[in-house]
Amino acid sequence: MGIKIEELSSRDDIILAGIGVKMYFSLARSISEILARKSRVVKAVDGVDILIEKGKVTCLVGESGCGKTTLGKLIVGLYRPTEGSIVYRPSDELSKVLLDAGVPYIESKGGLLFDMAKARGRALKMLRREIQIVFQDPYGSLNPRMTIKDILEEPLIIHGYKDEKERLEMVIKALEDVKLTPPEEFLYRYPFQLSGGQRQRVNIARAIILGPRLVVADEPVSMLDVSIRAEILKLMLDLKERRNLTYVFITHDLAVASIICDYINVMYLGRIVEYGPTDEILLKPKHPYTQALIAAVPSPDPKGRWRIKEVPIIGEIPSALSIPPGCRFHPRCPYAMEKCKINDPPYFEVGYKHLSACWLNEGEKVAKI
Amino acid sequence: MTALLEVRNLKTYFFTLRGSVRAVDGVSFTLEKGEALGIVGESGSGKSTLGFSLLRLVPPPGRIVEGSIILDGEDILKLPEERVRKEIRWKRISMIFQSALNALNPVKRIGDQIADAIMAHEDVDKKEALERAAELLKSVGIDPRRVNNYPHEFSGGMKQRAVIAMALALQPDVVIADEPTTALDVVVQAQILNLFKKLRKEKGLSIILITHDLSLVAEIADKVAIMYAGKIVELGPSEKIYTEPAHPYTKGLMASIPRIGGSKELAWIPGSPPDLRNPPPGCRFHPRCPFAMEICRREEPPYFDVGDGHISACWLHKEGISKS
Repeated sequence: MGIKIEELSSRDDIILAGIGVKMYFSLARSISEILARKSRVVKAVDGVDILIEKGKVTCLVGESGCGKTTLGKLIVGLYRPTEGSIVYRPSDELSKVLLDAGVPYIESKGGLLFDMAKARGRALKMLRREIQIVFQDPYGSLNPRMTIKDILEEPLIIHGYKDEKERLEMVIKALEDVKLTPPEEFLYRYPFQLSGGQRQRVNIARAIILGPRLVVADEPVSMLDVSIRAEILKLMLDLKERRNLTYVFITHDLAVASIICDYINVMYLGRIVEYGPTDEILLKPKHPYTQALIAAVPSPDPKGRWRIKEVPIIGEIPSALSIPPGCRFHPRCPYAMEKCKINDPPYFEVGYKHLSACWLNEGEKVAKI
Repeated sequence: MTALLEVRNLKTYFFTLRGSVRAVDGVSFTLEKGEALGIVGESGSGKSTLGFSLLRLVPPPGRIVEGSIILDGEDILKLPEERVRKEIRWKRISMIFQSALNALNPVKRIGDQIADAIMAHEDVDKKEALERAAELLKSVGIDPRRVNNYPHEFSGGMKQRAVIAMALALQPDVVIADEPTTALDVVVQAQILNLFKKLRKEKGLSIILITHDLSLVAEIADKVAIMYAGKIVELGPSEKIYTEPAHPYTKGLMASIPRIGGSKELAWIPGSPPDLRNPPPGCRFHPRCPFAMEICRREEPPYFDVGDGHISACWLHKEGISKS
């Protein structure tokens, strides 16, 4: 199971891939736990294989606590995986630098895929320019004491743009790109003078100002009013075309995912349980967890208001401190069988580029990717 | 038959140093027993302030400056605070606050917190109050044995249920739920909505659901009020609001809802809600309205009856006004 290196090398459209990625966090222990040599480990990401296609929008969907934000931070390189590796296909320029620095790589048809965790120093700094992130909270992620100009200039200063005039031009260009126009009007404002939507535009401007190739957007619209979400999503799609970006889009909202994403990865307790093209996932979900998530989405139709809406799964996502054995979803699954309690299901290929990790799909082809 | 709750021309202003903010500016609606009303609006539309006003809990510098809130024929704005506190608040009208996950005291057992609310209003001893707390937890789907747990031992969904149990502790007639599920996952959200549906059916509870999410409101409300800049711009039965929205603002909101399997081309409402210290003259929505006419800039539209108890405050409904 998992991604085979040969598979990866035969593809020319992959910009980033995670191979057996695990991210564990150790928690503080009590005295008795230390004496008993017990460890308390949160398995936030627990064996993820993921492929990000260049120029596409790949979604990570799941409930809170499923590890989607941790995986996002791993992709940006804000964490180094406990196990496994994340490989990235950089620009030609960076490719040379990484090669010179002796960073390990995998060859693929599309170019060299470098192990991000091994980059250090200048190579790492250059890597950070190419992969950026937009955070969820438009209120908390901008320094309230900095003007918009300062906020957008900071990454430029860090990355060595010495000419003040050039920096200002880049800031203005970025503001125009996110449609905060006229830019002069926004340069010297503070975040509190902007609406939530405008702040999120500043966040996006900050993420794109260094000209990244891959942008991770962590719930970029979940804190915004429904009435302006579409505007931000549209802006992000326009930017993607104009600047040749690839997105990893993290959301808990399948309705939002249906609009912006090309591929959806459904995550549960640190694993991807189903992966596929957006329409396949939403219209022909195979994994019981995905089916439940879709059933739970409220629909803007008042006819069903007296009906109790059956959501087939019970309870809530368990703690990542104690992951159930076998299939990690089995305690909540309406179809759980004996086998699910013991054996972790592999991925079964249930359609074109559509994988599901559920024993119900056994008999379909076991997937290689 | 008179309504259980009738709100008439309610105005709540915040008196700040930089002028008064007209957060709720002339709101009227009625609520029957067992009815669910959805109040929908963007952030800053005054919907949460409206909720607080109904409990007479507007934080300073805010003040209810005008109007009446008539519960069973009695205007609670005319009652002395002492009577509101003892007889109305929580006993007749209770509220599930927006930040429910932080609404519980972290160093007090869940059961004790619910029992406190009961003992503050009724002459019962601690033992009986705790028994009732356990019963309440059971009614919202929590194992009654967990009455001695602390909030940190509960998951997000369970905390939300506990807060709902607390709101139901004194068997109120009306529960106001202000964004009760925003911090929750969809699966848990669906469970909480089912709980509301059940309570309505079994106990005849009246619910006022305040949210920005039209999809959520459709899951429960019989009647929907759309708020914009401190005013209700459209009010009507859910079926009418969702199938034949009349006000351009409501139409904009409807078009901006992402739907699974729906169109991938999303619409949105350009611009942002006005500053309520200085709202635009005429119709408050006119700067964002695609149909704005000359009259909209000058005169505030009255409510036009568009049929079946469905009203909309928009000049487009006036006969003789060209819709081009």
